[in-house]
Amino acid sequence: MAFLTKHQILERSPTLLLVFSFLVVSVGGIVEIAPLFYLENTIEEVDGVRPYSPLELTGRDIYVREGCYVCHSQMIRPMRDEVERYGHYSLAAESMYDHPHQWGSKRTGPDVARVGGRYSDAWHVDHLNDPQSVVPESIMPKYAFLGRTPIDGQYVGELMETHRMVGVPYTDEMIEQARADFAVQADPDEDWDGLLERYPGAVVSNFDGQPGITEMDALIAYLQMLGTLVDFSTFVPDASR
Amino acid sequence: MSEQDIDKETGIETTGHDWDGIRELNNPLPRWWLWCFYLTIIWGIGYTIAYPAWPLVSQATSGLLGYSTRAEVAEEIARFEQKNSALRTELANVELAALSENADLNRYAVAGGAAVFRTYCSQCHGSGAAGAKGYPNLLDDDWLWGGELDQIAYTVRHGIRNEVDADAHWSQMPAFGEILEEDEIGQVVQHVMALSGQEHEANLASQGAVIFEEQCSACHGEAGLGDREQGAPNLTDAIWLYGGDTDSLTQTVTYSRFGVMPPWGDRLGEADVKAVAAYVHQLGGGE
Repeated sequence: MAFLTKHQILERSPTLLLVFSFLVVSVGGIVEIAPLFYLENTIEEVDGVRPYSPLELTGRDIYVREGCYVCHSQMIRPMRDEVERYGHYSLAAESMYDHPHQWGSKRTGPDVARVGGRYSDAWHVDHLNDPQSVVPESIMPKYAFLGRTPIDGQYVGELMETHRMVGVPYTDEMIEQARADFAVQADPDEDWDGLLERYPGAVVSNFDGQPGITEMDALIAYLQMLGTLVDFSTFVPDASR
Repeated sequence: MSEQDIDKETGIETTGHDWDGIRELNNPLPRWWLWCFYLTIIWGIGYTIAYPAWPLVSQATSGLLGYSTRAEVAEEIARFEQKNSALRTELANVELAALSENADLNRYAVAGGAAVFRTYCSQCHGSGAAGAKGYPNLLDDDWLWGGELDQIAYTVRHGIRNEVDADAHWSQMPAFGEILEEDEIGQVVQHVMALSGQEHEANLASQGAVIFEEQCSACHGEAGLGDREQGAPNLTDAIWLYGGDTDSLTQTVTYSRFGVMPPWGDRLGEADVKAVAAYVHQLGGGE
């Protein structure tokens, strides 16, 4: 059994142990991670998915900052009960512009991958201000301060440039118009044709129901977009994916 | 290993390390453990052959069993759809007014509607359907847009004051803060308090009655009984969506209210729309 005791050579030399540990771990990475970047059946092109509008992107940052992902997932798994409750199972392409993605891993609250359009803006305001006022059995904390925190999108252009660096296809025009688009999405009285041209399907509304733009506007703009970009009436799933 | 360090007491080789005089015996792993370990390796190889696993040039191997998550969930959904298809087709095509004549279908609709309600409606209307401020109570017999089965189904299908569905119920109360003076609003509020039988200041209310006649009666009716064609609430009862005290009423008249309900027709499909309408209808206030 001389061969079976050869591992002792590695175990008695820290340097060798380190080198071979790295080798073994990199085999795992090469086999499990690297192929995801080139295999055709992991990268699914889906119509409708677009980069987030400046206001949505700002809302997304608030979502990340407040740690919403700690209690809410954004990942409807391909199981009948989840599809019945939340809608069509999530597609990888739907989070292709998420850096980082907000799939989450725990559901203290419900999944929010398709919460967009499910409730009125006023409901979101009521619910974020005081969740128990509309859902008495909820244990979600209050986020009323969002509606008292005005924002002006001062750095939203820079934020979009940063996302462009990691692969989100924001055009120069989008970044130039960032602050204007940011403001116009929360003001239905302005001319928002340009916004809709750049971000098809974006919802324009005074989300928080009060004058000015607050963090509440941005977060609700983001929530009302979630899961609405892909038209599933024309989507044909490829079974091999 | 150049030299072996044997423990004198047991005669077993040690690891050669010395911690303040304590040394560790280098016993071999138990056989049963080793064999389990080897078995998991063999199992792992078999598993990657049976299921999708190994990355190749453009695709991963699809596995001998031909398993696919998407195919499995599609099959599972189809299995349940097929089980329910007879009743669901019948429900989707039934005239709601005639639903109560078909006891089996009615029972199916109410039970299914209860599940739909808890999934999609309870967040606003409450899990017991008693509503909340701004979200109507569905247990009583006071209806904004009508309480017959067909009317409830229409409201569920198209929603209220949303931008998504062109057929949504639509009406908009003006913000009277831009139309009336502050004291005039106070008078109207007193008149509404009088209409609903609450304590009020009679002389202000009588002045308010004139303004009500001019500004409010087109929608709420001269007697304040409301108009379901326009979703204008009855102001003579004790049921208030946003509160019936002076402060709430002043707020309502000054800034108006604009309750929105999303359309559910596309999301739920016709059978579930009818099911949830049947459920809401039998909660107590159905007409």
